[in-house]
Amino acid sequence: MHIEIEDLAKEFGLTTALHPVSLAIPSGALVALLGPSGSGKTTLLRILGGLERPDQGRVRFDGQDATNLSVQQRRAGFVFQHYALFKHMTVFENIAYGLRARPRRERPTAAEIDRRVNKLLALIQLPDIARRYPAQLSGGQRQRVALARALAIEPRMLLLDEPFGALDARVRKELRTGLREIHDQTGLTTVFVTHDQDEAMELADLVVVMSMGRIEQIGAPEAIRARPATRFVREFLAA
Amino acid sequence: MADAAIDPPRREGPALRASPTEEPSWFRRSLIAVVVGLLGIALFAPLATVFAEALKNGLAAAISSLGDRDLLAAVRLTLITAAIAVPLTAIFGLAAAWAIAKFDFRGKAFLITLIDLPFSVSPVVAGLCLVLLYGANSAFGAWLIAHGVQVVFAVPAIVLATMFVTFPFVAREVIPVMQEQGRSEEEAALTLGASGWRTFLTVTLPNVRWALLYGVLLCNARAMGEFGAVAVVSGKIRGQTATMPLMIEMLYNEYLSVAAFTMAALLALLALVTLTLKSALEWRYADQLAASRRH
Repeated sequence: MHIEIEDLAKEFGLTTALHPVSLAIPSGALVALLGPSGSGKTTLLRILGGLERPDQGRVRFDGQDATNLSVQQRRAGFVFQHYALFKHMTVFENIAYGLRARPRRERPTAAEIDRRVNKLLALIQLPDIARRYPAQLSGGQRQRVALARALAIEPRMLLLDEPFGALDARVRKELRTGLREIHDQTGLTTVFVTHDQDEAMELADLVVVMSMGRIEQIGAPEAIRARPATRFVREFLAA
Repeated sequence: MADAAIDPPRREGPALRASPTEEPSWFRRSLIAVVVGLLGIALFAPLATVFAEALKNGLAAAISSLGDRDLLAAVRLTLITAAIAVPLTAIFGLAAAWAIAKFDFRGKAFLITLIDLPFSVSPVVAGLCLVLLYGANSAFGAWLIAHGVQVVFAVPAIVLATMFVTFPFVAREVIPVMQEQGRSEEEAALTLGASGWRTFLTVTLPNVRWALLYGVLLCNARAMGEFGAVAVVSGKIRGQTATMPLMIEMLYNEYLSVAAFTMAALLALLALVTLTLKSALEWRYADQLAASRRH
């Protein structure tokens, strides 16, 4: 699904989180929103997911206006910064949550839910943890469960907020590859937020560099490295 | 044995090698003695006295004193009041906590102060306010009475007074837990397609269920034991508007000490049942309780 963002702006009280920004994300791309904290990247992601309402501007999914779609209607697989797994549910129940929340006539049978959850557990290469609780998992395992839970609803796109932020360096590298593989297997348009330029450059097809609520540059990693468009981008990459 | 648990073997020996962050053992022992002593004087001794006085003339005398119609009516009224007031307070408390913990809006600080109001206002004042508002002397009260609704000196006022006094209990327990949880689990449920109501039932509520339970139990104990506010609005009509605490006072003033203390023991027992229930639940769900706190 391709995503078009047109003049989106958002204020929180007196602070402007996003000046009008525009961006086109081609179908199936893996896009990084890169920038320091306070650059508006998370706000942009949350607007895409329907968790924030923009003050102005439009969002289009596959050419259709999606600005006023509710968060439930958007069917965006969202992975939160600290994963936001449901603590009181097992891994199985966490992943099955979105399927069980469907209206009765669209809800898969228990056997079908069982089959799909197990398939997702295989996809994230953790087939044996279905009965565990989130508190019993490592950070990397939690991240992958959050990913599986987001994928369970057969999302139209995948949105990840600092997906590797809470992990140590070694696990980070491993999971980067994991995300790339899952992206390539599912073909989902994927947008992730990061403040780590290595992560953005290594993983993404398209990098969007943001600062102070504005987009500084959009381009392939090599292009941005070779020709930084603004002083901010040059200094940020040098840091 | 208790000392062995507190002092691991390696810490015994010359005083120089004692852990620098630990108090000397004589100090710890005297602290424990002070706490146990205070608990004994302030809690256990009075409670034991109540039961001793009630059983002064034997169990049979105590039980036969409960046979009185007015006393049974008092027990029934107290249970009915708690049965109406506690669920309503729980629902209001939960709704208020949800609004305060999960949303930002104008007047939030004012709402929090309002919820705390019953803690700072004397129950007697609360009772008087209800009498003024719903009594025959106010326009609203007169209108209600003209339409056949008797509030003051009847069960509705007793329930209202109890609710006023117990209002903060559930909200105060639930608010900090909800604030600590943050919003992200709810947001996750919404992105997975759950409706707001489903999110509340399957995510918000299970996350606060222990705080809610504690709040309800505290609220219940207070609802059954409330004296001041209820005394003002009830009119103390025996067999009709006298709750257990009011009945205890009346019996005591009439020197019917066995009946008074039997009622008091019964009220204390109801509270003990509540506490036992809480402990039983904690024991039964110890795993879940630990899991929900570990994360």
